[in-house]
Amino acid sequence: MIQPETITCLQTAIAGVTTSEFRGQTRAVVPAAQLADAFRLLRHERGFDLLVDITCVDYLGYRGAADRFGLVYLLANTSTNERLTLRVYLNEPDLTVPSAYPFWNGADWLEREVYDMFGILFAGHPDLRRILLPEEFTAFPLRKDYPLQGRGERHNFPVLTRDRS
Amino acid sequence: MPLEVSTLSRRLEESPAAQPVAEDYLWTLNFGPQHPATHTTLRLVLKLEGERVVDAIPDIGYLHSGFEKLGEHLDFNQYVTVTDRMNYISPMANNVAWHCAVEKLLGLELTPRCQYLRVIIAELARISDHLLCNGAVGLDVGAFTFFLYAFNQREKLYDIFEVLCGARFTNSYTRVGGALHDATPLFVEKVRAFLKSFPKTLDDMERLLNRNRIFVDRTKGVGVLSRDQATNLSCTGPIARASGVTRDLRKDEPYLAYADFDFNVCCATAGDCFARYLVRMAEMRESLKIVAQAIENLPAGPVNVGIDQRTALPNKKQVYSTIEGLISHFELVMSNRGFEVPAEEVYSAIESPNGELGFYIVGDGSDRAYRARCRPPSYIHFAVFPGLIRGHTLSDIVAVLGSLNIIAAELDR
Repeated sequence: MIQPETITCLQTAIAGVTTSEFRGQTRAVVPAAQLADAFRLLRHERGFDLLVDITCVDYLGYRGAADRFGLVYLLANTSTNERLTLRVYLNEPDLTVPSAYPFWNGADWLEREVYDMFGILFAGHPDLRRILLPEEFTAFPLRKDYPLQGRGERHNFPVLTRDRS
Repeated sequence: MPLEVSTLSRRLEESPAAQPVAEDYLWTLNFGPQHPATHTTLRLVLKLEGERVVDAIPDIGYLHSGFEKLGEHLDFNQYVTVTDRMNYISPMANNVAWHCAVEKLLGLELTPRCQYLRVIIAELARISDHLLCNGAVGLDVGAFTFFLYAFNQREKLYDIFEVLCGARFTNSYTRVGGALHDATPLFVEKVRAFLKSFPKTLDDMERLLNRNRIFVDRTKGVGVLSRDQATNLSCTGPIARASGVTRDLRKDEPYLAYADFDFNVCCATAGDCFARYLVRMAEMRESLKIVAQAIENLPAGPVNVGIDQRTALPNKKQVYSTIEGLISHFELVMSNRGFEVPAEEVYSAIESPNGELGFYIVGDGSDRAYRARCRPPSYIHFAVFPGLIRGHTLSDIVAVLGSLNIIAAELDR
């Protein structure tokens, strides 16, 4: 699925890249400081022109996890059919990564959703604000410390009666 | 609490796309969240110069119901009911996508019969999606008859799904390592009847609209997406293929049994609403070809994986007459047992009717996903919408919106 040159290219250009493989999928973990370099390399030199998805995993309480958040960039090359999963680990309080928007414009809403749900900040994003949840929302609901049930934000909304509306 | 129009329009003025000239003439129109042409709950704040759209700001989230959070609390078989409700006009495709991802995480190899069955239902789901999508485009631009032709055929597909799994709309048909029921001879018979009758309707539909002056005028040259833009903005599926992208996961990364079938990938180069309509019409014919090949060559044998895999429930005969079957059944139904999942992460995607529908699943050893991310094609395609509508008229919005096939339940999840 992935060409070995892509991996060697990534490993020589960027220090500290580790790769692993599971069920035929290649994952590369990149240090957060070199993320923008990795984007540039993959986009312009290795032809990864399709940003499939950006998502995040909160590893709070995950067995054996050393870091709190893991950002996942799923990239694809539409001419060679390569796929690569790019991973970055983040820890509080520094939850800022460079935005992928300059390289793939499709990152716009995907990054907004990750910000909305996890509170990861993307430096250089043109319009980073909440997308699915209302602006007044203060929590990040896909974090593991946010409960599935219970009295939450909904109860904090002011009740508008017919008389006062 | 919903956003006020005033705050959004202030943001419109701040956004770089808003043009400073003739500011006095610009007016703001709130489109949705309840509007017949949005089909579901989505909202646009439009900035208009007369009838011409200067800018559009989508405001989504009205249907957000935390599907991904639910995925962390429901087990792999329970969550399939939630995937039904994502893109509810092709729920079978979502079921297949979800369980393909789960099985990839588990490393399960499906039986040939199950692979063929899944191909059949995924392709029938594609036909049913394209029928509704194209029908809705027709309806929105004034071709009501066309919509009725399309919806009548959808009823037949519902009947087929009902025979297969008992449910017409929210099917929840697949299970880890197999399916809820095996296909019956009645199902095969119904699919054959559909294969025979549907091309006639498809011909009628093409005759109704392909050269219809009003329809062509309203869709040709409207909402043009170029090939480079389509890839840059992460578009997939018929929307990208209408712009000349040839990517189709069924060909490029054959999953299930797609490598066995002979079919074409349908593409157009114009990238406008009419091209998207044509691609969908052509894809239905290709889907018919796949279904015809799959139903005639449906392999015999079991539909679920064997007892040894410990993922699919054994049948009653096995449970009552073999010790392995009994133990396997017990292991699966007890709430403190379940199947073993590697603590790994996997992404698996299928070519859903709307584009690449993928699930990113993180396993933590339990039978619930630690994280169940869905890559929703509607969400990604709706992000493209403001760029497509700028410069067109207010009445073109429904044509573009319809041709993008935005399903708000999948958009907001």
